[in-house]
Amino acid sequence: MTATDAHIASQPSPDAGTVATVQPALSIGNVSHSYGPRRALIDVNFTVQPASFTALLGLNGAGKSTLFSLVTRLFGIQNGQIKIFGHDISRTPGEALRLMGVVFQPRTLDLDLSLTQNLLYHAALHGISRREARLRSAEVLGRIGLADRASSKVRDLSGGQMRRLEIARALLHRPRLLLLDEATVGLDVKARADILDHVRQLVTEQGIGVLWATHLFDEIMPGDDLVVLHQGRMLAHGPMSRVIADAAAQDVNTAFMRLTGTATLTGKPPT
Amino acid sequence: MSTTTVTPERSGFSVSEYIVCLNGIVWREALRFLHQRERFVSALVRPLVWLFIFAAGFRQVLGISIIPPYETYILYEVYIAPGLMAMIQLFNGMQSSLSMVYDREMGNMRTLLVSPLPRGYLLFCKLLAGTAVSLLQVYAFLLIAWFWDITPPTIGYLTVLPALVLSGLMLGALGMLISASIKQLENFAGVMNFVIFPMFFASSALYPLWRVQEGSPMLYYVCQCNPFTHAVELIRFALYGKMNWVSLAVVGGCTVVFMIGAILAYDPSRGLVRRGPGGGEA
Repeated sequence: MTATDAHIASQPSPDAGTVATVQPALSIGNVSHSYGPRRALIDVNFTVQPASFTALLGLNGAGKSTLFSLVTRLFGIQNGQIKIFGHDISRTPGEALRLMGVVFQPRTLDLDLSLTQNLLYHAALHGISRREARLRSAEVLGRIGLADRASSKVRDLSGGQMRRLEIARALLHRPRLLLLDEATVGLDVKARADILDHVRQLVTEQGIGVLWATHLFDEIMPGDDLVVLHQGRMLAHGPMSRVIADAAAQDVNTAFMRLTGTATLTGKPPT
Repeated sequence: MSTTTVTPERSGFSVSEYIVCLNGIVWREALRFLHQRERFVSALVRPLVWLFIFAAGFRQVLGISIIPPYETYILYEVYIAPGLMAMIQLFNGMQSSLSMVYDREMGNMRTLLVSPLPRGYLLFCKLLAGTAVSLLQVYAFLLIAWFWDITPPTIGYLTVLPALVLSGLMLGALGMLISASIKQLENFAGVMNFVIFPMFFASSALYPLWRVQEGSPMLYYVCQCNPFTHAVELIRFALYGKMNWVSLAVVGGCTVVFMIGAILAYDPSRGLVRRGPGGGEA
């Protein structure tokens, strides 16, 4: 059984033990959201498959963080539907959130607690017993190379180390979908590359579906799926090669500029 | 289309998961409290200043007649002690809400809100954790007050505990409700002016209500409608092993109402707080 199969195998089904179609790790269906009169998201539709890396590409203000807040249920859904492995985030939020790990754009660690204490707190919020949580904490800290800093205060870590810790924390409850909202913002080149490598390893080795929000083109690889978001509208979705071909461009940078340039001029996505 | 064998996925949460979550939230609150020793000291200094200085000065000015639950004439210090205990809880409740606003601004609150357990339960755990911290402060105050001749019956230290838990929950829930409607930390100063001070002064914490009625019947009715008055009276009676049923009903009712309000306010689909695009969550 491959990592992908393993992660698909526990999807919800009314008829357990039968053969069923693969559920997307994340399914966004006709999602719209407004802040008063301003529309932040307009009919966004896309899916993230298990064991895939999907880059959510958009400029600042494109609606990426709003989308993350909707997927993580920080905001209520006004229109549309969001499902995590088939679980509707509005109807069965517990089941949906249990399958998801999140790294938000702002740091969400408690700076005055130690690395282990931060991890144990997160584990408790997922109902993981203290004994199991200690084992998992030691394991993830070892994996991210911070085992020797387990008792240090988070405040004493570098920016890159904090991000690695946040990713480790997001994986502590063994989710099958990982969301990262501009996780490399403010980090140096090496720290960025390390984190990106680490996340890509999670996809290939553990079969985790990843949604990686970014505005940096150099973080996207040829095999990735791409979602282009601009001014709240989804302009393109699919394998990177197809998005580039559809935009009649040579690279993702040019494709993005063409797509968003069209949108800016007409106010509508290109047909 | 790819296919695969499906195995059932568990849904819901076990009792042990709920308990683990509660323990984790209380543990974190205790750790934060231990890291903020100055918070503990200032929480104690405030009521002690009232007890040592204010009460000493007013002892000769304000006469206290024999009113329930007291069975004899008492010193003014003895009278205001339950009010000061409630004051500790009032400030602690507001401090907790302040920390929730801070956590929200700093992003820490997201860790709590994306937990898969029911949000109402998470908020209740947070409330219990804050109440537990306030109990530590109140008992530390009672210990110091004992040396100042505030000596309720020994059994009173035990019988007051449920009253303190209930009043702590009510004031914490109020703070949580307020925190949901505050968008920025800077706005919190308004809470001092519009919530803490009016609640404290328009209550029976510093003077008996019959004295208030003599001076201003209108203020008397305001004090009667103030849930903090009933928290003070509940504590006052319980400290002497007695029960004030009206206060119990008011404090219990307000706890439920404030808690429901806080849960609704933090509900993403019905939250009181309208979120901005770049703003914090919830």
